Amino acid sequence: MKPAPFEYQAPATLREAIDLLVSDPEATVIAGGQSLIPVLAFRLAAPSMLVDLRRVPGLGNIAVGESGVRLGARVRWRDIEHDRRLATGHPLLREGIVHVAHYQIRNRGTVGGSLAHADPAAELPGIAVTCDAEITLVGAAGARTIHSGEFFTGPLSTVRQADEIITELHLPFWPEHRRWAFQEFAQRQGDFALAGIALFYDQDRHGRVRDAHVGVIGACNRPQRLRKVETLLNGHAVDEDLIRKAAAAAAQTIDPPEDLHAGAAYRRALVATLVGRSLRAAAQPRGS
Amino acid sequence: MRVMFQLNGKAVEVNVEPRMHLADCLRDELRQTGTHLGCEHGVCGACTVIIDGAAVRSCLMLAVQAEGCTVVTVEGLSTDDALTPLQTAFRKHHALQCGFCTPGMLTTAHALLTEEPDADADRIRAALSGNLCRCTGYIPIVEAVLEARAAYQKTDKP
Amino acid sequence: MIGTNRYIGSPVERVEDLRFLRGRGEFVGDLRREGMLHAAILRSPSAHGRLRRIDTTAAYAIPGVRAVITAAEIGAVPTIPLRLLPLPGTERFLQPIIAVDRVRYVGEPVAVVLADSAALAEDGVGAIALDIEELSPVADRRASGRHDILLFEESGTNLAMAFTAVSGDADAAFREAAYVRRECFQVQRYTALPMEPRGLLAEWDGAQGRMTVLGAAKVPFFNRDTLAAMLGLAPTHVDLIENDVGGGFGARGEFYPEDFLIPFAARHIGRPVRWIEDRREHLTAMNHAREADCEIEIACRQDGTILGLRGEVFIDLGAYVRTNGLIAPRTLAQFFSGPYRVPNMRITATALLTNKTPAGTYRAPGRYEASFFCERLIELAAGDLAIDSAEMRRRNLISAAEMPYKLPRLEPGGPTADTECDSGNYGEALDRCLAEFDWAEKRQLQGQLIDGRYHGVAVACFIEGAGAGPKETARLELASDGTVAVYVGSAAVGQGLETVMAQIAADTLGIPLDQVRVFHGSTSYLEEGYGAFHSRSTILGGSAVFEGATALLEKVRAAAAVRLGGSAEEIELVDGRARISDGRSVSFAEFAADGLRIDAAFANNNKLTYAYGSAAAHVAVDPGTGRVELLDYLVVEDVGRIVNPLTLHGQAIGGVVQGLGGAFMENLVYDENGQLLTGSLADYLIPTAIDFPAIRAIALENHPSPSNPLGVKGAGEGAIIPVGGLIANAVAAALSSVGAEPNELPLSPPRVWRLANPS
Repeated sequence: MKPAPFEYQAPATLREAIDLLVSDPEATVIAGGQSLIPVLAFRLAAPSMLVDLRRVPGLGNIAVGESGVRLGARVRWRDIEHDRRLATGHPLLREGIVHVAHYQIRNRGTVGGSLAHADPAAELPGIAVTCDAEITLVGAAGARTIHSGEFFTGPLSTVRQADEIITELHLPFWPEHRRWAFQEFAQRQGDFALAGIALFYDQDRHGRVRDAHVGVIGACNRPQRLRKVETLLNGHAVDEDLIRKAAAAAAQTIDPPEDLHAGAAYRRALVATLVGRSLRAAAQPRGS
Repeated sequence: MRVMFQLNGKAVEVNVEPRMHLADCLRDELRQTGTHLGCEHGVCGACTVIIDGAAVRSCLMLAVQAEGCTVVTVEGLSTDDALTPLQTAFRKHHALQCGFCTPGMLTTAHALLTEEPDADADRIRAALSGNLCRCTGYIPIVEAVLEARAAYQKTDKP
Repeated sequence: MIGTNRYIGSPVERVEDLRFLRGRGEFVGDLRREGMLHAAILRSPSAHGRLRRIDTTAAYAIPGVRAVITAAEIGAVPTIPLRLLPLPGTERFLQPIIAVDRVRYVGEPVAVVLADSAALAEDGVGAIALDIEELSPVADRRASGRHDILLFEESGTNLAMAFTAVSGDADAAFREAAYVRRECFQVQRYTALPMEPRGLLAEWDGAQGRMTVLGAAKVPFFNRDTLAAMLGLAPTHVDLIENDVGGGFGARGEFYPEDFLIPFAARHIGRPVRWIEDRREHLTAMNHAREADCEIEIACRQDGTILGLRGEVFIDLGAYVRTNGLIAPRTLAQFFSGPYRVPNMRITATALLTNKTPAGTYRAPGRYEASFFCERLIELAAGDLAIDSAEMRRRNLISAAEMPYKLPRLEPGGPTADTECDSGNYGEALDRCLAEFDWAEKRQLQGQLIDGRYHGVAVACFIEGAGAGPKETARLELASDGTVAVYVGSAAVGQGLETVMAQIAADTLGIPLDQVRVFHGSTSYLEEGYGAFHSRSTILGGSAVFEGATALLEKVRAAAAVRLGGSAEEIELVDGRARISDGRSVSFAEFAADGLRIDAAFANNNKLTYAYGSAAAHVAVDPGTGRVELLDYLVVEDVGRIVNPLTLHGQAIGGVVQGLGGAFMENLVYDENGQLLTGSLADYLIPTAIDFPAIRAIALENHPSPSNPLGVKGAGEGAIIPVGGLIANAVAAALSSVGAEPNELPLSPPRVWRLANPS
């Protein structure tokens, strides 16, 4: 399964990379290649040129601070796993990344690549959307920042223009006492999730849910927040009754795809199960 | 395109099409056929090599992307004289039958144990979950890697 | 045998391992030849159609594309003969080595592109324009059985073959039975999936008129003869060379279209040609297997004694009858009752043609399916009759006193139309399994909900028939360096053949293991050979080596008597030396110059061996997701005699995990247009290192086989046989509170979820 022929460039700056994309509309960006190369191997795409970001500086940083977590587009899953600051800096991100693919993939796959590929079952897009993260892109017209909730438009589809390169993902600051959970279900570990839930909430002084964020992957055609479920949770204490209601609402609100692995009814039930288990897990006290 | 990198401790230079993946480059241009191709779409792990210390699927990397990298393949794990402790453990535990997935198992296990010599059975299974084997059922492979840990654990810590 | 066995019975480490561990294996993809071209195959994108036109203009325009071969370049297109059971009528459904005017499955070869590189060959394939007039596909066996759309119009039918297995009088038994239950069951279509895709490297020597093909496996001698006939060459001018083989499991090594196309291409273009299959084409090109459904009935007494089994099984054979395509159907029928005493049986197995990739054998063909059907039905009967699962098995197992036990007679027959279980105590293996598994303790968990999961246990029993004849060959030669070269007709597919044969030779000759060198598989070593299938290599190949080694010793004895002066009876053979009473001795090596060698063969008159055993499983079912965790799995198998416990254990664990893949996740899914939806390893799921960590296997050697000098029974396929039925029964037990009846495989999470949540 060899790809169709293409040219290859590894420019030294972001500007040069963008210029290459502008000059050749059939060119495409490559970073880790873990999602792109299989697509090329199956000849599902035949770009004229690959523009490799491997030499472009400044895209590989992880910054953790008061403004939140900033991940450069070339940050790899491995880098996230090894960054101790993220245990408290963004535990939801850290937990989600554990589920990405396999050991070898995690050594090469990147933040930017995952966002650009936009698989509806991928973990990072789901976490980004759940957390109101912002995505920065740079193109011929300059830089722009898009809210992740508007970035993904469908399976493998985003608002990124052909000349734009993702440079950064910015996750808002994660406060210390936040409750959270990440649960996904795949047939085998590392497979694409049949469904996954990322959620978090804060609590008011009575222990009731405040500012709930519940995001789903794999059971919809793009990652999204389940607003109905969030509304149901906000203002209430989490008990078994609330969990049951939230799970049922989640199952009912999604519009799951059918594919050769699972039908819609199953995905709905799975989402309900995962929402329930996530809420129970989030309610548990966590070790430091 | 010209590409230069380190392969098993030696500098190499090849001239390849951009579309050639690193696995084909190693096998066909550099005649190191120990790295195997079981799927060419990044699932089976038979093509795993070690790039700058990290286990990587060489079918998911273009040869041109290896410029300046340090590459270790299964051939580079041992010298001609003896099997490494990891290889010896594989043999002892009958952790290979047809041998086709074995290079990828060895490179992955070597990369893992080099970084995590205390990896337990669950961690080893998780790290090897991206390497498919059809013959052994995996249990003897995990046993072999567990036994090999001792050789990676430094007894004299600073 | 000389002295005690040093090697047979010992966990000898494999000699093969050294090169594999160093990355110095020689698989066909590792080989190259000067001036070699690369081949890629254009395969039909349509499941059923009339092939109108192949336009190769654009392909030839690509620099580096050297030739395109279609049926037109081949001329008279041969069809692939059956290797096994070439019954009358099957000749209508044989596969042409390339599509001529019709395509019958997605993946059928239509053209071969030869180019300077594999990538260019693939570019060439992509540039060929096909004009196919689509015909309605026969999408499944039910459509096939209506015979309104036919794959082979002249034949007037889609029925490839029907087999019936009969013993006693089933209808009478059912009329008189106190209890009868009828059910439908289904096993999915899946495949062997060895980790190495196929490959061939063909070289034509025009001066000598000689064809050499590397990449052979399994049955190189039959394939050599077949290829020679197709190419119009004498068999002595065709060599099939076996290199290292990355797994076979029954699927690799049969004669496929490419086994003609690639050698033909090499001769056509006058340069060596190498073809390496990629995984996407592998999923449509390599034999499929197992897809079968049935409607069957069981008749019992109130105490659970089985009186009869009868019913119909339908096999989806795909578009053509392949070299061994009839094996699974005939075995499904004849082995339906497995190790159980069923005095009255009538099972019909009907193989129907559909527009899918053709099916062939895959580890324990027909037996896995039969065990699933039979074990499920027995379990349902046990439940209805309120009999404990283990007790139900024990009551109905064939007993040692009944050996040899005649299995049902099969029609149409073939060499093993009549066969009998040879030796053993099936109840003994069951008892050992139950004890080691702690059945008494574990069965108290049946149906219990613990920490949100339902628990279930089950037990199953199996027999493994092995050792199809007619024979196997070996040659032993003394070399002047003191080593003995052992050439066997058996083929290596990763099972440790070299080591096991060396153990047998070394012990029989009384020499150190490292003095034995084993050469296998290639037609260049021996004039005839038979190969590795039906787990026959240790039985037949090993026995041939044993016979050969024994005969060689006698030759050495006689030669030593001459050399040392004396009679043969005075010669003692010890540690590779022939010694006479006064102490003088000669090493075996000194006879090498005399050309001391033996050609041996072992024939078994198709008397099969029957290894047997029991397996038990403990599962926990998560009703919220449908995930089933396998908490414990144990298989106990009596193999007659253990040659290498290390490799035997490997076969058992490997076989169980393959069986679990089929039970839970593997599935070749077609849509209604005959398009294969599972086109990559991202969708075709096999077990990984994480999935099944808790598997145990115990081997016994309490009851040797009476039918070969080693007493061994074939043991490569037993462990896989009971897995499907066992897992389904364990899941049924776990979900008994909701009355779940898992009658279809695979038990994927969505299917299990539906069983656990029937509302």
